[in-house]
Amino acid sequence: MARMKFICDAERCIECNGCVTACKNEHEVPWGVNRRRVVTLNDGVPGERSISVACMHCSDAPCMAVCPVNCFYRTEEGVVLHDKDVCIGCGYCSYACPFGAPQFPSAGTFGVRGKMDKCTFCAGGPEANGSQAEFEKYGRNRLAEGKLPACAEMCSTKALLAGDGDVVADIFRNRVVQRGKGAEVWGWGTAYGSKTDAKGAKS
Amino acid sequence: MSNLKRISGLASALLLVTGLTACGDKAQELAGQPKLDAAPYTGTGVKVFTESDWKAGDKNSWAQQLKTRAQYGQNDHSRSN
Repeated sequence: MARMKFICDAERCIECNGCVTACKNEHEVPWGVNRRRVVTLNDGVPGERSISVACMHCSDAPCMAVCPVNCFYRTEEGVVLHDKDVCIGCGYCSYACPFGAPQFPSAGTFGVRGKMDKCTFCAGGPEANGSQAEFEKYGRNRLAEGKLPACAEMCSTKALLAGDGDVVADIFRNRVVQRGKGAEVWGWGTAYGSKTDAKGAKS
Repeated sequence: MSNLKRISGLASALLLVTGLTACGDKAQELAGQPKLDAAPYTGTGVKVFTESDWKAGDKNSWAQQLKTRAQYGQNDHSRSN
């Protein structure tokens, strides 16, 4: 098995925030904490693009490099996780992360010290798989249940792909090759209309 | 001569103390090492939430389960064409 990875297809994402909702529901994430969010570029302008962003489980994770208490670890499947019993909530990882993935809750299950919380690729944490302690600190461990992350599985347009890097890369590559680009894309004319030249001919 | 002896005695005592200071240093390894995490293919033991198409503890069947699930759930091209 290769490394676990997320890919978000900006051509497909419709900014429905289904992934965000799925994540919050699956892990009972407290208010004010968004392990995943949808970012839109050129919002409201024709050609706007949205992507769903969370921890990307970097191969050379900057959060791991800067953590002063070494609370991060990487699983055999390439998922970057952390131990909340070790985390001191200093926020260095937040400055280091280029995706803004680390979150710092100030109340609720995680306590007032605000220990860091982030996407776990639905792989739980260092507590026993499927235990109540794991759920309360890190959320559901779907990987250990033979499932993939809830955000990707719930994505209505299948813009967000998650799983074995080789498998999701193949799915994405096949999709890009088949759909073409611009006006070649199915539904383009319906969505954006067709250009008409001076003689009334459609292009 | 006695002064020289005294100075050299003091110097060697100082050297000895300085040398021993290093031996008395506390270990500076990071105190909080993360706990070891159980591999996901070992399962959760909660049957009701676990997919039935793989066997807990069998890494290959777990990996195959995730690949099949990714293809079925996310590869809409293969499902529609």
